[in-house]
Amino acid sequence: MSISAYALHDSATMLRRDLRHAVRYPMLAIGGLLVPVFLLLIFVGVFGNTLRAGLGASAGGGYIDYLTPGILVMTAGASAAATAINVCIDMNEGIVARFRTMAITRTSVLTGQVFGSLTRTLISAVLLVAVAIGLGFRASASPLEWLAVAGMFAMLTLAMTWLAIAFGLTAKTPAGANSLSLIPQFLPFISSAFVPTASMPAGVRWFAENQPFTPIINTLRGLLIGTPIGNSAIIAVAWCLVLMTAGYVWSRARYNRYVTR
Amino acid sequence: MSARFAVQITGLRKSFGDKLVLDGIDMAIVEGTVFALLGPNGAGKTTTVQILSTLLRADAGDIRVAGFDVNREPQKVRDAIGVTGQFSAVDYLLTGRENLLLMADLHHLDRAAGRRRVDELLAQFDLVDAAGQMVMKYSGGMRRRLDLAMTLIGNPRIIYLDEPTTGLDPRSRHTMWQIIRELTATGVTVLLTTQNLDEADELAGRIAVLDQGRLVAEGTPDELKRRVPGGRVRLHFREAGALGEAARVLGHESRDTEALTLDVPTDGTPQSLRSLLERLDEAALNVETVTVQTPDLDDVFFALTGTTHRVVEVSA
Repeated sequence: MSISAYALHDSATMLRRDLRHAVRYPMLAIGGLLVPVFLLLIFVGVFGNTLRAGLGASAGGGYIDYLTPGILVMTAGASAAATAINVCIDMNEGIVARFRTMAITRTSVLTGQVFGSLTRTLISAVLLVAVAIGLGFRASASPLEWLAVAGMFAMLTLAMTWLAIAFGLTAKTPAGANSLSLIPQFLPFISSAFVPTASMPAGVRWFAENQPFTPIINTLRGLLIGTPIGNSAIIAVAWCLVLMTAGYVWSRARYNRYVTR
Repeated sequence: MSARFAVQITGLRKSFGDKLVLDGIDMAIVEGTVFALLGPNGAGKTTTVQILSTLLRADAGDIRVAGFDVNREPQKVRDAIGVTGQFSAVDYLLTGRENLLLMADLHHLDRAAGRRRVDELLAQFDLVDAAGQMVMKYSGGMRRRLDLAMTLIGNPRIIYLDEPTTGLDPRSRHTMWQIIRELTATGVTVLLTTQNLDEADELAGRIAVLDQGRLVAEGTPDELKRRVPGGRVRLHFREAGALGEAARVLGHESRDTEALTLDVPTDGTPQSLRSLLERLDEAALNVETVTVQTPDLDDVFFALTGTTHRVVEVSA
């Protein structure tokens, strides 16, 4: 086998390990799904009527149509929190020290986590969309647009996952990892996820329009329910690439510096 | 020349911040032998193993494992070694069999060969019945056995065992010793660290004594034992006055004024005991009880470093 074939083989082995963990200890994965479903229910069932009235024409059909793309993005954030905790716990285990003394592809421990997290998050996203549809969400997207939604979401997830892995490697305790990942979990609240940025006060509005989640949400929303996308798509892709690269570089540096006790 | 040595260390130094942990270690382990690194907690044993395992980088020194420089060719070093650390390096959420299969996959064994090797090791380490159980439910002894079995999957030429029996009950310890003995019969090189003189004596062909980051002695178990007194006689007194009097009569021996005891070195022969008792009689000293203690790590340190060594708990 060539070096890259080994890399793939080792990453696949680590992915199998990660998925087995998710099956044996499903609480983290389930928690990653419950939070967005809960938010969906609260914002549709409790605040839905008022928010819809405030949105006026831009809401299209129901508030749930406006909201679902935003909650979808929060699904990626909640899953990332689970990943950060997962990585932090794992790094404190002796087994990772063992991996580091073995002649395996060095980053396979991390890439296994990335693909595991990607799998979990995509499953969560599919379930979330199913719940949304159950609650009345209707998308106007063509199959091609659905494909684009999947692509955009996968890019977002990869970016969030690499950041989460860096959080998990940086934090000394799982609680610390969880705190760090609150940042990407809360940022969508100050974005176009729940209400249009135009309705916000000037300072908050500037922040909301220029933070990464807004263009990503606008892109997903445009693809799903046909609102205008404009230059959001290109900005969204750029943000994802930047965050992904930053998370990857940070994670690698932390992993290589990591010393077992 | 390096082919004859499994491990060769010259001038190894390592500090953590201000704390000097390894202060110029020179050590060589001949291929196919068992070498014990003996020392108390905090002596630098685990740090040495971590450097030899490529987990830590030394500050200075030339370190070769299986002929490869640990800094320049770490992957080749990793290919030659197997490490069983002080803390179980097993995956608690997987079963015993899954742990072993994970190792087989990471050693790129093909599926059939991997399964065969896993079955072999499960049988060899008496884990067949527990193979399908999650490791979380294993006892300490079972975890250590699984840990070592995982190390052996790739047939490493050099094995590091970092305190393999620390925390095990006597029965599990003897099982572990038996396993290590069988292992060494197959011709692999073993570097064993231990706090226990008996363990080093039992398993190793050569012993190096590590004290505060320096090697203070090296030799065969017999060579070392010849330099260690046969043990101590511990005299227990009823009150401090008698203890003080005894300390004056018997010399500078180590005394414990809290426990009211006095330790006197002996070579363990009946003659030396008789002469000690005679001296006590002559001085009309009132000794409460007498216990004979076999040599332990403290005695080795006393003999080799000339200072009584207090074993200090250090978490590093």
